[in-house]
Amino acid sequence: MSQSFDEITAQLKRRHRKSARLKWLSMGALILAAAFLVVFITDMLIKGLPAFQQAQIKVEVSYSEQASEIPLAALEEDVRSLVSRGFLRLIPGRMEDNPQLLGTSPMQWVLADAQVDQYLKGHHSSLGASERATVERLAEQGRAELMFNTFFFTNGDSKLPEYAGIAAAALGTVLTMIVTMLASFPVGVMTAIYLEEFAPDNRLTQIIEININNLAAVPSILFGLLGLAIYINFFGVPRSSPLVGGLTLALGTLPVIIIATRTALRSVPDSIRQAAFAVGCSRWQVVKDHVLPLSLPGILTGSIIGLAQAMGETAPLIIVGMVAFIPDISASFTDAATVMPAQIFTWASEPDRAFVEKTAGGILVLLAVLITLNASAVWLRKKFERRW
Amino acid sequence: MVNEQLSQPAINVSPQLAREPGRPISRNENANHDLSVRVRDLNLWYGHNQALKNINIDIYQKNVTALIGPSGCGKSTFLRCLNRMNDLIKSVRIEGLVEMDGRDVNESRMDEVALRRRVGMVFQKPNPFPKSIYENIAYAPRMHDLVSRRADQDELVERALRDAGLWNEVKDKLQEPGTSLSGGQQQRLCIARAIAVKPDVILMDEPTSALDPISTATIEDLMDKLKQQFTIVTVTHNMQQAARVADYTAFFHLGELIEYNDTRMMFSNPHTKKAEDYITGRYG
Repeated sequence: MSQSFDEITAQLKRRHRKSARLKWLSMGALILAAAFLVVFITDMLIKGLPAFQQAQIKVEVSYSEQASEIPLAALEEDVRSLVSRGFLRLIPGRMEDNPQLLGTSPMQWVLADAQVDQYLKGHHSSLGASERATVERLAEQGRAELMFNTFFFTNGDSKLPEYAGIAAAALGTVLTMIVTMLASFPVGVMTAIYLEEFAPDNRLTQIIEININNLAAVPSILFGLLGLAIYINFFGVPRSSPLVGGLTLALGTLPVIIIATRTALRSVPDSIRQAAFAVGCSRWQVVKDHVLPLSLPGILTGSIIGLAQAMGETAPLIIVGMVAFIPDISASFTDAATVMPAQIFTWASEPDRAFVEKTAGGILVLLAVLITLNASAVWLRKKFERRW
Repeated sequence: MVNEQLSQPAINVSPQLAREPGRPISRNENANHDLSVRVRDLNLWYGHNQALKNINIDIYQKNVTALIGPSGCGKSTFLRCLNRMNDLIKSVRIEGLVEMDGRDVNESRMDEVALRRRVGMVFQKPNPFPKSIYENIAYAPRMHDLVSRRADQDELVERALRDAGLWNEVKDKLQEPGTSLSGGQQQRLCIARAIAVKPDVILMDEPTSALDPISTATIEDLMDKLKQQFTIVTVTHNMQQAARVADYTAFFHLGELIEYNDTRMMFSNPHTKKAEDYITGRYG
C-alpha cells in the first residue's frame, strides 16, 4: 500500500523548512557582506572626498626687492601665517623667472596653510583666536574658499599636507606594474603551457606543481626578502627603484598567472586538441593555433587579477625600500620611487591630522584604479571570448 | 563449411587464405586487394592492462573496413594505432608491426606528423575547430604547405566541401563558425577537413553514433563515395551500418581479432561462434 499525497506532504514539510532556513542564512551572509562594503565605501568617501578640495585665499602679494630675499615680506602681516609655506618658498624663484613682476602687487589666489583648510572644513585646527578671526573675515569677503585640489593629482609627496600629492606614487605604480607584467606574464604563461601541454607526468613535474601551488600561498613579505637578497644584494639592482619593486612583485604574481593559465588551458576541450593532432599539427602548433586562442580570455583575466593583487601589495616593497618619502616625480625605472599603497601607508603614519583625508583620498584613487583594472579584465574576457 | 544457400558466386572462401595471418577468411575477388596497411602481431598495453593481443590484419586500399565488437574490445584502440593517436596517452606501450607503404609507422624515424598527413581521422563527436567553416578546411593544407596562393586555397576548400557533400549547404556562409552547423553537417565538415590534405587512409571512430538517422544515412552514402578515393577504416557499434557500408568487417573481442571476413559472409555465415553470437545479438 503506497502513501497518500497528504502523508507524503506532511513528511516533506520538515525538508522544505530546512531548505528555506538555508536560503535565508545564505541571503543573510550576502546582506552582511554588502553592508560591510557599503559602510567601508561610504566612510572612505566621507573621509576622502574632502581631500580633492583645498582651501585657497585671495591675498595681495607684493613682489618687492625685499620679498625676493625674505618671502614673508611679500605678504601683509595678518595673513602671513595663513598662506602655505610652499607658496612662499616659490616666490624668489618666480621673481627670478619673471623680472617684470618686480614692483607689482597683484591680488591673487594662493594656497592656504593646511590649518586654514582644516578650519574651513570644520575639522580640528591649531589656528589661534586672532588667526581664526582673520580667516572668518576673509571668508566673509569671499577671499577664502575651498577649490578643486589639482596639487593632489600633480604633486609628489610633501611634508606640507596642502602640497602633498599622489602623482609620484601613481607614476611609480605604473612603472612598477610595467616591470611586473613584463617579468611575470611571459614566464608565467610559458611555464603553464609547458606544465599543461608538454611536461611528462613524473615525480619531478609533480614536485614542481605542488611548489607552484604553495608559492601562491606564501606571505608576500617573504618575496620582499627574496627580492632584497637576490636582486639588490646579488644582482645590484638599485634599491627603491620601480625595477626592483616590479621584479619583487613579479615573484608573487607568477604563481597566480601560472595557476590561472593552467586552469584556462585545461578548460579547452580535449576534442579540439585531438582534432588538431589528427590533421597533423605538431604539439606547438596545437598550442599556438588552437589551445591558446581559446584560453586567451582566461589567461588575460587571471593575469590582470594577479596584477591588481600586486598593485595593492605593500609588505614586500617595504623590504626593498619602496616605502619612501618621494617628493619628485621621476619617470625612470632605476630612480627611487614609491607606489600608491606605500604612499597611503606613509600618510597614514603622519601625525598631522590633515593627512587623514590625504590617506582616504589616496585610497579612493587606488580603488578607482583597481576597479578600472578589473573592469578591463571583464571587458577583455568578453572581447576575446569566442561564442562558438 | 561453405553453406550452399549463402555463398555467393564472387566470394571465394579459401581455407588456405584463411590460414595466412591477416587475410580475411573469404574475399570478394571483384574487390581491390592492394595492400594499404599491414598489421602483424600487434600488442598494446595500457600500463599493465593488455588491450590488444596479437592482431594480424591486412587492410585493403579503397575499401571500407568496419571494426565491430562489444564495448571495450579494443577496436577504437586499434584504430588509433594506425595514426599513432595512442602516442598522446602516456602509459601506452606498443609492440608489433603496423606497416604502411613499406614503412613501420612506429619506427623511430617515422614522424607522427607525416603519418597523420597520410592517415586522417574523424571522431565520434563532431569536433570542428572553433573557427570559420572556410578556416576549418584551409587550416591543415596551409599548415602542410599544400597551397600557397589564395585562389588555390579557395579551390581546395570548395573541392573538399564538394567531396564531403556539404558545399551546397555552406557555400554562402563560409565565414560563419563551423560550430553553427547542425551535428550531421559538422561531422561532414570534419570529413571535409580530413580529406582536404589528401590522405591515403581515413579513420572513422564511430562517426555516426552522435547523429540522427537521416544524418547517419548521409554519412554512410558519403563513405560509399569516398572509398573510390580513399581507404576507409571505421569503427561502429551499429551492425546494420557495418553490413551496409563495409566491404570487409573485423570482429574484435577482449582485445583479440576473432574474425576478419568479407562483410556479406560475416553477416550471413560467420566463421566463428563468437562472431555469430555477437551478430545475432546473443551478447554485446
